[in-house]
Formats: sequence, C-alpha cells, structure tokens
Amino acid sequence: MVALEKKRELTEARLATLPAPLSSGWTAPARAAAASRLAEMGLPLPRDEYWRFTKPADLNAAEPPRSEPKDESGETPIYDGIEALNIVFRDGVYDADASDALELEGVEISLLSQSGVADIHWARDLYGTLEADAQTPVARPFAALNTAHATEGVLVRVTGKPARPICLRYEHASADSDPILHHVIKVEEGAELTFLEAGSPGARFNTVLEADIADTGVLHHVRAQGRDTARRSNCHDLARLGRESVFKSFTSTLNGALTRNEHIVWFTGDDAVAHVAGAAIGDGKTAPFHHDDTVFVTHDAVNCESRQVFKKVLKNGAVGVFQGKILVQPGAQKTDGYQISQALLLDEDSQFLAKPELEIYADDVACSHGSTTGAIDEDMLFYLRARGIPNRRAQDLLVLAFVAETLEEIEDPKISESLLLRLEHWLERHAG
Amino acid sequence: MLEIKNLHVKLEEEDKAILKGVNLTVEPGKVHAIMGPNGSGKSTLSYVLSGRDGYEVTDGEVSLGGEDVLELEPEERAAAGIFLAFQYPVEIPGVGNMTFLRTAVNSQRKARGEDEMSAAEFLKVIREKAKELKIDADMLKRPVNVGFSGGEKKRNEILQMAMLEPKMCILDETDSGLDVDAMKLVAQGVNALRSEDRGFLVITHYQRLLDHIKPDVVHIMANGRIIATGGPELALEVEENGYADILKEHA
Repeated sequence: MVALEKKRELTEARLATLPAPLSSGWTAPARAAAASRLAEMGLPLPRDEYWRFTKPADLNAAEPPRSEPKDESGETPIYDGIEALNIVFRDGVYDADASDALELEGVEISLLSQSGVADIHWARDLYGTLEADAQTPVARPFAALNTAHATEGVLVRVTGKPARPICLRYEHASADSDPILHHVIKVEEGAELTFLEAGSPGARFNTVLEADIADTGVLHHVRAQGRDTARRSNCHDLARLGRESVFKSFTSTLNGALTRNEHIVWFTGDDAVAHVAGAAIGDGKTAPFHHDDTVFVTHDAVNCESRQVFKKVLKNGAVGVFQGKILVQPGAQKTDGYQISQALLLDEDSQFLAKPELEIYADDVACSHGSTTGAIDEDMLFYLRARGIPNRRAQDLLVLAFVAETLEEIEDPKISESLLLRLEHWLERHAG
Repeated sequence: MLEIKNLHVKLEEEDKAILKGVNLTVEPGKVHAIMGPNGSGKSTLSYVLSGRDGYEVTDGEVSLGGEDVLELEPEERAAAGIFLAFQYPVEIPGVGNMTFLRTAVNSQRKARGEDEMSAAEFLKVIREKAKELKIDADMLKRPVNVGFSGGEKKRNEILQMAMLEPKMCILDETDSGLDVDAMKLVAQGVNALRSEDRGFLVITHYQRLLDHIKPDVVHIMANGRIIATGGPELALEVEENGYADILKEHA
C-alpha cells in the first residue's frame, strides 16, 4: 500500500526530531504502547476521511512552522479577578518561580516531568488509557504521539471540593517551540474541580487532557487558547464519565493559523451530563485562520445528557470546520443528545464545513443535531442603525450576540464575562 | 421641520415605482397622519425616510431642519433626529434591551458632539420612562423584543422614542396588532412626547388610533401619491365610507 508507506515515512520523519519515549518510570509501559500504536496507524494524510477538511501537513512537519509570540503584556490577563492556583508553563516548560505552590486542599497536584522517575503513581492506571480507548473507531495519531512523547503536564487527583480553580497559564516565548503536554485529571467520587487553561503553549503544540470522572464527580473545564496568529495546534480532550457525574468543557479561540480541537466523551455510568462547547473567531486578513472542532460522544449508559454547542465567526477567508458525532450504543436508553454547530460568515470569502453525524442503536432516545451557516441579519442590522448605532458597532453587537449563546454554557458567570471582554476587544481591533 | 418634495422612489431590485411624487411638510409641534389602502406606499415612505436599503430615490428631496436627509446613513439620520417606530419591531437574541438602548443613546450623543450619559443617570431615566409605559424591569433585561408580545414590542418602541428624544417621530402602523388597552397605553406614551419642537408622522390604516393621538393634519395616500389633505374630519370620512369615494374623486 502506497498510503501506508507514505504514512510510515511521515511518521519516521516526525519522530526523528523527538527523543525516544522515556523507558523508565511509571509512564514507560504506556509510552511504549502508544509508540507502537502510532507506528501502526501512522500520521494522517490529507486523504484520510477524518482529515478531509483540515490539512495535517503543518502538524506532521518535523519542524514546526515559525510562529512569533504575541505580546499581551499591558493587557488585562484572561480570567482576571478569578482567584486560582496558577501553574505557569513557558514553551511547555514548568516555571516554578512564576507558579503558585502546588498545594490546594482537596487536590493532589504533581507534574509529569517530576513524578516520572518513581515506579508507582496514582495516574499510572490512567495515563494513556483514555487515549488508547479513543483510537477506535477513529484513529487519532497525534494523541498517541502525545502519550508516547509528552514532556510535561499536570497530574491532578481531586478528592474534595477545592476552594479555588486550578489554572494553567501557558506562555509562548520562542517562535519555534513545539511542546507536547499531557494532563491527567482524576475526579474521585463526589469531588469537584474547575480547571482553567489560558494562552498558547508554544509555536506549535500538542496537548492531551485525560479526565476520568468518577460517580457524582464534577469537572468544569474552560480554555482560552491564546491569540498568536501563526500558531498550529492539535488538542485532545478526553473525558470518561461515571454515574451522575458532570463534565462541562468550553473553549474560546481567537486567531490561530491552524487549530484542531478534538473532544471525546464517553458515558459509562447512568444519569451523567456532559456539555462541550466552543466559540471561535477568526480573521484571515493578515494571517490564515483555520479552526476545526471534532467531537465524538459515545453514550453507553442509561439516561445521560450530552450537549454540543459550537459557534464560529469567520471573516476574510477564514475557515471553520465542525465534525461532530453522537454514538448511542445498544441499551443506552433515555439518551438525550443535542448538537448544534453554527457559523456566522462576515463576507463571501470565508467558509464553514460541517459534518454532523448521529449513529443510534437504542430505540428510546431523543437526539437532535443542527448546523447553520449565515451572514449578519440585515433586518437586525438596520434596526440597530435606525436607532443611531453606527454600522460597525451594530455589526459587533450582533457578532457578540451570536457568540454569547455559547458562553452561557460556562457555569461561572465571572469566567464567561472575562471571555466576553476578550471577544469585545478582539472585535474592536478587527473592525472593518 | 420635515420637508418632502416631489419624492419618487422605486424598488432597487425591480423596476417598480412605489412613490410617485410625494409632497409633504411637517411643521414642528404638529402631528400629521397618513392613511391609505394597502400598497399605497405608506410603509415605503417610512423606510425611505429612515434609510433602509433596497429603495432607490429617482427624484425629489427630503430635508430635516434644512439638512439633506437622503445623503445620510441610517445612524446619521437617527442622530439628526429621525425616529421610526417599526411596524414589526425586530427581535435581536443575545443583545440585552438595556445594552441596546444605552448604546443607542450614547452613539447619538457622541455623533452630535454631546457628553455621553453615565450608567447611573441612564438607569434612573430609563426606569422612570419604563414605568410610565408599564414596562417592567424584566422586559428591560431581556434581549431586544425576544419573547415580547405584540403590545410589549410596540411599548418598547415608544420607550426607545422617549429615551432618544427625536425631533421627528415616524410611527409606522403602530396600532397594528394592538388591543384597545395596549393602544391607549401607546397613545399616552406618544402624547406625552408631543411638544412644540417635535413633529410626528403617524401612518395608519385605521382611524381608531387617531381617536387617541389627535392629528392636526390628515393625508390620504394612494398609488404612491398624497391625493387628499385635510383636518381630522378626513379620517372620520374614511372611517365611515372607506377609501373608495376619495379614490374615485381623485382618480
């Protein structure tokens, strides 16, 4: 097979610039297994169905395309006013001096780079496990590459209800940094955590978050992906939900030459709730903007609720992609699955490609999906202008109104307000 | 105040003339009513005055206080003092009524070189005016017109008018879809705004609104022209005999 040969070559070229996976410590078996999974499946080709709308070349490249960091000093930081335990990574490297002490009542926090030497760790049974599960029915080679080669990440075990969120603050300093980060969160029974991420980890980055939420556990995840225009990224958020647990994840993306966010959710216990949502806004004028949300939700338990709400605002040749699937396994009765993806195109050069899918093997379920692409509503625009609101401001108000619906998916209004403010500022800068 | 001279308008997308030489002058302090059958061009006139896309002025002039209106963008017309109360107020999900109104008030003030209204002052003023129109705090918080009943939407239009204090108010079939009580409330709101430096153009199908908003002058519009002008008695005549007689007279 020519394609397989090509994949092998690509994969070997990519791996040639990476050190071999760690062969000692508690992650070693998982890394070795992931490396062999990757060798078998290979990195993706543009002709692969799962990569039809997003060209993987920049992610496959042995060296990352250059991306100058964005100077955001002097701006209000994301999540301003939210008191969190901050952990800072600079180009993927833990910055102890800039970080808070890794101590918080109700959680155990350690770093992948510092815990790897021991043979025993609570994350041993989890690291790479969800990633391995996520390889069927669709291959996710960058996630396998991540498990094998990740150099850093947080390992968080939540046993109580910590008073503060944990916030990972990423700083991007070098134009050719290429960090691979792997986070593991284990929410124990009845425990609750808010987990925040802010900024671009590097010029190109590959992150995996494996979240295992036990019965009645709660995990809120909010991520603001940074504003570097040339960055390339592939993120996988993997969540496994136990009985009566809750997982809510929201991602805000402003700018980025290539962003592929994969969200994979499994319901394994009854009566659980998972919401994944995102807002992306991009202007292709000075740099390309390509944003891909790829979602796979598997219902394998009774009476669970899943909700996907994704919106994109695109201008000047920006491209948005949505691939969302809800799979309802036999026996997953009373499933309530909802999926909506919408794009607001601010001109005729931008495009939105959507592939919503439902695959249902149970007979007593309520699943729906919808996808819309449209321009600014002329009647609304005229109404605002007729009241004296200038055209540009009126358009911005309508863009914000379009996006605001996704922000309602965030539980904490202080966090959603903080993200809304960034959207407003972005619109002010990208007027016209 | 508002002067319309020989206004000819056609639809931009098809070669169809809608207004065929409208002449009308509204003096400050006066209420003019325009009545007429469906398709006579009444609503088109209101849209052209407020600057909606899709219409092409082929001839004529419109000025407000001596300033050429047709050259202005819709927002500039609003800042100059033109206000259109929509026949069908638009629902805008995601934009709060308060945010909308405050942005509108301050955009107009800014355009006129005036100081913006502070949040506290705005809140005080809007609460007072909302109360008079029986608009509760919840309606102010909700997205613009979303989930409002027909009457609530029209009251919201009048609230906007009261907040923006325009020079020239155009009401496009504000009575449509209103029951008697709602119409009274709306009329009260309009009457409260009547003043000697403000003009009104009230477009309506029916005479009954004019029982509550007493006009100084009544015009009958048909086939893109004003065919008859008179006092309030003209509206009563229409109410009694319909448009047929007047149309025949002026055919």
